[in-house]
Amino acid sequence: MGVTMGFTGNEAVAYAAKQSNVDVVAAYPITPQTIMVEAFSEYVHNGEVSSEFICVESEHSAMSACIGASLTGARVFTATSSQGLALMHEMLYIASGLRCPIVMGVANRALSAPINIHGDHSDMMGSRDCGWIQIYAENVQEAYDWVIQAFKIAEHPKVLLPVSVNIDGFILSFLMEGVRVLEDAGVAEFLSVRKPVLTIDPDRPITVGALCLTDYYFEMKRQQVDALQNSSKVIRAINREYESLTGRKYDFIETYGMEDAEAAVLCLGSTAGTAKTVAKNLRNKGRKVGVIKPWVYRPFPEEEIVKAAENLKALAVLDRACSFGAPYSALGSDVGAALYQNGKRLNLFNIVYGLGGRDVTPFDIEAIFKETLKVAETGHVKEPVRFIGVRE
Amino acid sequence: MVALKELTTEELFTSGHRLCAGCGAGTIARMTMKALRGPTVAVNATGCLEVSSTIYPFTSWKIPWIHVAFENTAAVASGIESAYKALAKRNAWDKHVDIIAFAGDGGTFDIGIQALSGALERGHDFLYLCYDNEAYMNTGIQRSGATPHGAATTTSPAGTKIPGKPEFKKDLIGICAAHGIEFAATASPAYWNDYITKVRRGLEVEGPAVIHVFSPCPVGMRFDSEKSIELARLAVQTRYWPVYEVEKGKYKLDIKVPKPKPVVDYLKPQGRFRHLFTPQFQHELDVIQHWVDDNWQRITALCGEA
Repeated sequence: MGVTMGFTGNEAVAYAAKQSNVDVVAAYPITPQTIMVEAFSEYVHNGEVSSEFICVESEHSAMSACIGASLTGARVFTATSSQGLALMHEMLYIASGLRCPIVMGVANRALSAPINIHGDHSDMMGSRDCGWIQIYAENVQEAYDWVIQAFKIAEHPKVLLPVSVNIDGFILSFLMEGVRVLEDAGVAEFLSVRKPVLTIDPDRPITVGALCLTDYYFEMKRQQVDALQNSSKVIRAINREYESLTGRKYDFIETYGMEDAEAAVLCLGSTAGTAKTVAKNLRNKGRKVGVIKPWVYRPFPEEEIVKAAENLKALAVLDRACSFGAPYSALGSDVGAALYQNGKRLNLFNIVYGLGGRDVTPFDIEAIFKETLKVAETGHVKEPVRFIGVRE
Repeated sequence: MVALKELTTEELFTSGHRLCAGCGAGTIARMTMKALRGPTVAVNATGCLEVSSTIYPFTSWKIPWIHVAFENTAAVASGIESAYKALAKRNAWDKHVDIIAFAGDGGTFDIGIQALSGALERGHDFLYLCYDNEAYMNTGIQRSGATPHGAATTTSPAGTKIPGKPEFKKDLIGICAAHGIEFAATASPAYWNDYITKVRRGLEVEGPAVIHVFSPCPVGMRFDSEKSIELARLAVQTRYWPVYEVEKGKYKLDIKVPKPKPVVDYLKPQGRFRHLFTPQFQHELDVIQHWVDDNWQRITALCGEA
């Protein structure tokens, strides 16, 4: 079913949004996401879509317009990166708080200062508590597949939460890849038009965004916690449905070699591809190593990670972002807390890598695996947090 | 102009809200609702009107009402307008809906001016309504770009050296009209007929329209709450608040003031100007009178009245 098309990560995300028949796109250009906006503008100007494209004057207004459109009942898409996501920060919380099922493509990029346009996860990690479902793609195919699933997840009446689909800036945003795409009809069958629960309809007036003080605010937030947690079931069901349509299997995490691994690397996005290749070579040499790749970062796949790590002796968690002054960076903290909460004692260490697009090579990953194997053997973590690939 | 008996008796902005006694925003919201011509949605920036009219689980609004944040009301309105258009294209919507964005002067002159400028440039079909009480009254009377020269606020206090706000008020309608929009106007709640007529006109034009309406604030401007409308009238009669409109670039003076009262008649009842009525700072009264005269001259010249 479907055909193979050559797409960069940005083009694949835009094409998936196009096939998802979005009603409204409000977006602002920023490197390395710009092509997502440009590609969609072309669809609009060539009459390939009937979507309303709002060429806003800032990312803050992009997300504000998305919220307005989403509340009105439209299927809404936007895209951003780095400083743009940071400028949206205020609106990200309102989008989830008002339960707007917006889908956003994020080409992850470093945050200023100093200014840098290349890939790392500082942008989304800086907004990780914004109440959005957050997905990280390893390659262009995954980016395409997740965007289509994201609309169905976001708009599900039991979810009604925004979703960000993250691709590594430059590494995936500009990587040309052969992508298996569905026929338009196939997408339309999987993803029917949005059926909103509540809309902005003068025949049925509602008040949205009222002032909630000490007597109601906390309950609202508690419901939001539940909504994000309960989205897991929906995500799982939609992954299964998409698999039956495409044969491509998605889940909360992907594992490689974990059936017998003693030492493993856990990382997000494109680095997982490198890690799997290195792990394969090492396994061929008889080393018991594996890879854990969370696809879904929020809601955090705690159970899945704990289960995957069941027989591990050592785990290196790779963060392509830095939590200044914290014991571990974001992913390291989450994995550590999940293991601790489940009574799993494991030699874990956190590696910060690739900031500002600093290349991470198979040699770097191999060194990490070897360090992890050593920790597995000795049962001793020498340095709980390490920075690799940096001149010190 | 509308006849009083033609106005609907239906109240779409209901009583029971928590705005202060004498607050101009409540009167303005109620009069705005009287000008509607059909299905309408309100978008409200963070501010007095927002916090006082929708304290969960209560609401004063009988039309759909949306509050998202402070600085983005025009952007949210853009999204709503575009969504209706998109839904209509796939036959999921078949009504015309008017959209009114309510924002105070802080949400318009200062933090919201970028989103407003963007929405005006893009030409979305909505009415932007700035109710101007000339300071951040909701957070407790801080100066804004709309606060007039000499006014005391908590961030431009009547000090022993600096008597209130040194700067002058921005020309909001000039800024909006410079975008080439079809309709922009000032108004005063004391002239209800002019105001309601303008709101209706703003809804009728295709594309964006802006109305800048004076909103007396007894707490922040410090005057007796029963004198709100009287103050709103004095603002016009002293030529402090020229009431005019700009339609397709053409200025028109709507309320002529052939025999203006001196601006001190408007300043005197307001506590925020009290410090100017002292020997040390009374020269500031002349500065304000000059500003009023120059501004009137400029506006009436644009209107072809000078």
